[in-house]
Amino acid sequence: MGGIPHDHYEPKSNFEKGMAKRLPIFGLLYDTLMIPTPKNLNWMWIWGIVLTFCLALQIITGIVLVMHYTPHEDLAFASVEHIMRNVNGGHMIRYFHMNGASLFFVAVYAHIFRGLYYGSYKAPREVTWIIGMLIYLLMMGTAFMGYVLPWGQMSFHGTAVITGLFGAIPFIGEALQTWLLGATAVGQPALNRFFSLHYLLPFVIAGLVIVHIWAFHTTGNNNPTGVEVRRTSKADAEKDTLKFWPYFVIKDLFALAVILVVFMAIVGFMPNYLGHPDNYIEANPLATPAHIVPEWYFLPFYAILRAFTADVWVVQIASFITGGIIDAKFFGVLAMFGAIAVMALAPWLDTSSVRSGRYRPMFKWWFWILVADFIFLMWLGAMPAEEPYASLSLLGATYWFAYFLVILPLLGVIEKPQTPPATIEEDFNAHYGKKGADSATPAE
Amino acid sequence: MTQTDEHDGERRDFLYFATGAAGAVATGAAVWPLVNQMNPSADVKALASIRVNVADIQPGTQVTVLWQGKPVFIRRRTEDEITAARADDADVDNLQDPIDRNENKPGLPAIDANRSLDENGEWLVMLGVCTHLGCVPLGDGAGDFGGWFCPCHGSHYDTAGRIRRGPANQNLLVPIAAFDGDELVIGKED
Repeated sequence: MGGIPHDHYEPKSNFEKGMAKRLPIFGLLYDTLMIPTPKNLNWMWIWGIVLTFCLALQIITGIVLVMHYTPHEDLAFASVEHIMRNVNGGHMIRYFHMNGASLFFVAVYAHIFRGLYYGSYKAPREVTWIIGMLIYLLMMGTAFMGYVLPWGQMSFHGTAVITGLFGAIPFIGEALQTWLLGATAVGQPALNRFFSLHYLLPFVIAGLVIVHIWAFHTTGNNNPTGVEVRRTSKADAEKDTLKFWPYFVIKDLFALAVILVVFMAIVGFMPNYLGHPDNYIEANPLATPAHIVPEWYFLPFYAILRAFTADVWVVQIASFITGGIIDAKFFGVLAMFGAIAVMALAPWLDTSSVRSGRYRPMFKWWFWILVADFIFLMWLGAMPAEEPYASLSLLGATYWFAYFLVILPLLGVIEKPQTPPATIEEDFNAHYGKKGADSATPAE
Repeated sequence: MTQTDEHDGERRDFLYFATGAAGAVATGAAVWPLVNQMNPSADVKALASIRVNVADIQPGTQVTVLWQGKPVFIRRRTEDEITAARADDADVDNLQDPIDRNENKPGLPAIDANRSLDENGEWLVMLGVCTHLGCVPLGDGAGDFGGWFCPCHGSHYDTAGRIRRGPANQNLLVPIAAFDGDELVIGKED
């Protein structure tokens, strides 16, 4: 695959030969598992398998939870308590599902920032990147709707805020919000439909994951050098790569095991650490919790949403130019979705001829500031809506946009990148000894 | 097989377009019910109005009732609150939202008299829904302007429920409401 010369599947037994003529599924599985993979992949290339694990975990625990859950405004909260107290092992299954969502987002953020540092989004992998961004959006939608289902205070008022985002759209906003909620306020219709969609979207994600894998199996994996695998001959390609099975599968499973040790410790000993106590109070439309906070994985974008108030000059200019159609509220919504949109456009905003950040001396600094900015915004999103957090959020949001819209395009022009190694083999040998040797495989 | 003249081509083009158009209409007709089922159902729409007995509400207190799934603040204001609200009337054009947002008196300036329900300005009835993103603001003099404060994103409302600072862009909405003796009717009665 990926134009990388490699051995193809040869059906051996009569059964395999017969299947190959009728449904070539063994060939598909063989080629997928045996894909030549750059042998210099580092530990940041393990998140794919962690994410696959998370998707499976969430779907399996989710299907089990649905067997005991009731999507009704009077019964939902009680049915979650029923799962926690009465269902055999129910508390554990629910804690897996709750914290599974957090592990899912830890992994997806690591995966995204890996892609941003090593230039995995650049040609020819733009389609992989875009599909990844779609999966990320669907993940956020699914996580949001899942958080509504326990029907606690945070569930209820979080839904009011997030569906309010759609209400901020000029002209059609109010009708759109009513349509989404099935009423003028959050209630039974919203709970019921979010339950339906929360069950559906993971399967849409699973479908997109297959397309995501298909796309990068077509282009071949990126790697820490950003240098492509040699396609000149099978012998050359084999000097740069190892088969995915067993080499990378074993490596990935080892990493997954280490991560699961931490995950199990959290699920077992501090399952509510990442949640909010307010969500163990049943939803009450008459009182908003004093301090409403979304789940941690939404905080950076929540901070961007709150950063743009009516006294910010860009908001005032936007409002003036559009004759008031874009007000502070709509501007905040645009900024929040825009923050993800500029990230999705990275393949076209990054003008550098060198793919990997490893060989870009200036880029490295800006990249790590972006990571720090992300964590900074995450902290700000959890702070109350007052000074100095509002001004700091504006600063953080500004850097986020500046990184993608100004720094990435300019760096390609200003920066003088170092020369990456000519081949992946060269990089590999430099790291793992055997200098000048033809091939070195960690398993030998 | 030499039937390739212009006339035949036009007729075939027409059939393509007609089939395509019919297909598009049929698809739209099939999709619309699936979209429309998500709009408010008949029973949700039927809950149009409520009646609240306000005889026992003392000045300086607020009662919150649920109407169409949303909280409604019924506040009987003190003299101080009314004075504070009316003191800011002179500067109405410079308010964050200069329109009264009162469905009983639509489109008038946001002076206090246009926001309150009675002549004396004692009764203020508003949706308890922050006009930013729909949280329920805290009352009883919360915020920097002595009225309401939304804890979600920090919108400050004054004693007339007008937005004074923060991300919200409109004053708290005053719904259709009227007194009927001791009872306050919220919403349109048939």
